[in-house]
Amino acid sequence: MAAGNRTWERPTVFRRREVKWAVYVGIVGFVLWSGVGVGADPARIAQGLGSAGSLVGDFLPPSATPRQAQRIADKMLESVAMAMVSTLTGIVLSVPIAFMAAENLSPKPLYAINRGFISISRAFNAIIVGIIAVKAIGFGPLAGILTITFKTVGFFSKLLAEDLEDIDMGSVNAVRASGASPIQTVLYGVVPQIIPRFAGLSVYRWDINIRTSTIIGIVGAGGIGSVLLTAFNRYDYQYVTAILLAIIAVVLVAEGVSAVVRRRYT
Amino acid sequence: MATEQPTWERFDRRRRLSRFVLLLVAAVTVVASWRFMDTGVARPETIPREIADLLTRMYPPDVAYTTQIVQPLIETVQIAALGTLGAILLAVPVALLAAENTTPNAATFWLGKLIVTVSRSVNTIIWALFFVVLFGSGPLAGAVAIVFRSIGFLGKLLGEEIEEIDFGQVEAVRASGASSAQILLYGVLPQVKPALVGLSIYRWDINIRDSTVLGFVGAGGIGVELFRAVNAFAWQSVAMVLIVILGVVVVTESLSAYTRGLVR
Repeated sequence: MAAGNRTWERPTVFRRREVKWAVYVGIVGFVLWSGVGVGADPARIAQGLGSAGSLVGDFLPPSATPRQAQRIADKMLESVAMAMVSTLTGIVLSVPIAFMAAENLSPKPLYAINRGFISISRAFNAIIVGIIAVKAIGFGPLAGILTITFKTVGFFSKLLAEDLEDIDMGSVNAVRASGASPIQTVLYGVVPQIIPRFAGLSVYRWDINIRTSTIIGIVGAGGIGSVLLTAFNRYDYQYVTAILLAIIAVVLVAEGVSAVVRRRYT
Repeated sequence: MATEQPTWERFDRRRRLSRFVLLLVAAVTVVASWRFMDTGVARPETIPREIADLLTRMYPPDVAYTTQIVQPLIETVQIAALGTLGAILLAVPVALLAAENTTPNAATFWLGKLIVTVSRSVNTIIWALFFVVLFGSGPLAGAVAIVFRSIGFLGKLLGEEIEEIDFGQVEAVRASGASSAQILLYGVLPQVKPALVGLSIYRWDINIRDSTVLGFVGAGGIGVELFRAVNAFAWQSVAMVLIVILGVVVVTESLSAYTRGLVR
């Protein structure tokens, strides 16, 4: 029966083998071009990594004078406080924006405007927002709060709007059919359906905000970041390590709290 | 009969109390935080005006400036591409260490977890500060910073995928006499390949956004132009850079969402 020897070939997701190779060649070519553009000269990388050993030696052991330790503690508290305040302000502002950005609840023009705002907020890194906030209202934690609030609104209202779009409209209609006013419809038809996700999202964003608040000080927007940048600029690398350890510790605690709470509520 | 009508209540007393306490704690924390900070603002009512003032100075965007930002923009995309590729290459072994079912022993497991944690807890911009010292300022430092930041992300999520694979297939490949490299290649890799592709594209998308700020610490990309314009108070140029960044991010985000839809 077997007229010719057939060999097995692994199936490919690209339908045709030529397409597969074209994609692979394209990716490899792009990366090579990038390597040249960035100046990723192997000799230079080797040289850099070679001196990494002595540099890492400069960073160890972590050390901070009592005054520096006090400064770390103060500025770290400022970071955490910034994250706390701006999580609240961010979420408060997000709720109406999320409702306006939900396709099933909001008229088309309003939907487009709010989606646009969300895209803008999500597109810019916190550092960029931070530098503009600092130029607008001056150095200090207030610029940080403004930055983190702005970033929170984009993240939170996008995810909340997606949840709103997924709600069961049947129960909303049932509440409305029982003669509820529009406000009551939202309160008893929509809100109960999103509350569990809301709690989880809030804690998740709080966790991200703690991370953000530890770095935006680099551009002068308050918190521990400014101390870190100063230490770097003074080549005080052992102090840098101490600050980094403090940041890692705070981030880990926040992540742990957030994970525990989210497991309970979702 | 009904002398006393029971009224409907959403929560019983204990849950009401605990909700109240929780709210109170949250409110006190926020108020205490606000008090703690030295915001240094004497007149908060001027803030909206100052922001509006800045925004009006940005209009109209300086379109002629576009020609100057094409090259830095390409550099940003290149940093992200190179950084993502480097991260994938280094994250695969880290993921194998950090996954409970493929790690050789407890020590390597904790080593994997340690790498993932440190990499994830340190922001890209801080990694960039470090590598600018090491490699000198320029896009190379930025690309390496992106690599080190992404290893943790990819290692963690890929490790979780590896922990969920069907070990029967791995056993089957081993039973046919495969070497350990072949086991990884034919037993483990095919099962996590869609996840690997999806995660890599997702991270590339994040890396594009992250590499727009590397310029602030001298690690190349469009950030260099942005911060130069900001420091020169050339707000119309700043607006143009922001628009270009927005455009690139929107394009990469939809590209990433589309491709991830394909592999899922």
